[in-house]
Amino acid sequence: MYSNGYIFRYASIMVILVAAILSAAAILLQPAQERNVKIEKIQDILRSANIESTTSNAEELYEKYIVKEIVINSAGEEIGVYTNGAFEKGDRRAFLIDLKTELKAKQQIKLGKPAQEPVFPIFVCHIDNEDIFIIPLYGMGLWGPVWGNIALKGDLNTVVGVTFGHKGETPGLGAEISTDIFTAQFPSKKLFDADGNFSSIVVVKGGVANSNIDPAHGVDGISGGTITSNGVSAMINDCLENYVTYIKNQKAI
Amino acid sequence: MSTVKTEREPMFSAKTKKLLIGPLSKDNPITVQVLGICSALAVTVKLEPAVVMSISVIAVTAIANLLISLLRNTIPPRIRIIVQLVVIAALVILVDQILKAYVYDVSKQLSVFVGLIITNCIIMGRLEAFAMANKPWPAFVDGIGNGLGYGIILIIVAFFRELLGSGTIWGFHVMPKAFYELGYVNNGLMILPPMALIVVGIIIWVQRSKNPELQEEN
Repeated sequence: MYSNGYIFRYASIMVILVAAILSAAAILLQPAQERNVKIEKIQDILRSANIESTTSNAEELYEKYIVKEIVINSAGEEIGVYTNGAFEKGDRRAFLIDLKTELKAKQQIKLGKPAQEPVFPIFVCHIDNEDIFIIPLYGMGLWGPVWGNIALKGDLNTVVGVTFGHKGETPGLGAEISTDIFTAQFPSKKLFDADGNFSSIVVVKGGVANSNIDPAHGVDGISGGTITSNGVSAMINDCLENYVTYIKNQKAI
Repeated sequence: MSTVKTEREPMFSAKTKKLLIGPLSKDNPITVQVLGICSALAVTVKLEPAVVMSISVIAVTAIANLLISLLRNTIPPRIRIIVQLVVIAALVILVDQILKAYVYDVSKQLSVFVGLIITNCIIMGRLEAFAMANKPWPAFVDGIGNGLGYGIILIIVAFFRELLGSGTIWGFHVMPKAFYELGYVNNGLMILPPMALIVVGIIIWVQRSKNPELQEEN
């Protein structure tokens, strides 16, 4: 029979040994893991502007096409401009902003709770002598978070392309938001109506043709994926409304 | 003085071979022992994650079996389940970290199911039933055998689900365009978990009708 002392010694040594091995592995593998996350973010941004990239050339293409990273505050003022590897203004880089945290801060302020002033990122992509503005999105689907990027033409109104991602929407239903069939509906849609008011883009249950929504501001929803579709609508609206003042200011100039 | 000749078993004696081959057919962990079904449902939508999951499970069962077998004479029986769990959990976390670092896409698809290898009954079952009572080498082979037995079913199920559900194999389109023009549609049901259960059921049916000794009485 083993004594209690032996059992305690055995358990302690085992736990300490395992902890040491696991911490060593975590530290050694961390750089590779962080790089993967960064590359995925880059690929999503580029894809919304219709630039295809692979894991190996993503960083290179990002350097080449993304000429400017802008950070704005809720009043629509630029508080950070990062271009050609250096800060032109402020010290916030759009790429390093965690949109989830910023949206939470916005929510807190709306509820009257103290929170840091939220800031929002914009990526400016220069391709074929045209500036494309890419805005990241983040919201909730049915089972978990959904996210994406929306690329706008130089007029900051017409959509060039979108990408969507999701954590765990239902395969075959809500998960279809990340397929080309769904995202192909977005290019050439408009964010602002003829009077210049923000009207977002709505994912319409039952199809745009059967509703009274202007086809320029609506896309067809996914049958059986209504809650995910609504989540996408809400995400586009909630994220883009933060940029309305900024976009209007840009147009006034 | 008597010379006791200790007979060394060859590396692959009939017994160890049986440990390796048995789980592939008549002693299969999924279809015969009905263990590890939950992950078989979850990761078999596409072939690639199924293969990565199989490799991960093979690695974890084999190494866990080996380690536990090496330690078997030192493990106090009263805390043996805890020791087994610590070994499995440590290995699974290692696998998860490695996948995240080197095959990020696949690790995203597998998401929580890598972590859930810890709760895969096959591994605990083999540690408790085999590794605690056998020498390291047979235990290692037993781990590989059971991992393979699990993996082979996963891969068969994933093959049919990917082919019929998405019309692809390993991400490449194999269903001819002409089929779609004739009105063929990918079966969306194949992507959903229930179809994995039905495919596993069909495999069990085929296997039992070929091996009458597996059929239960009445």
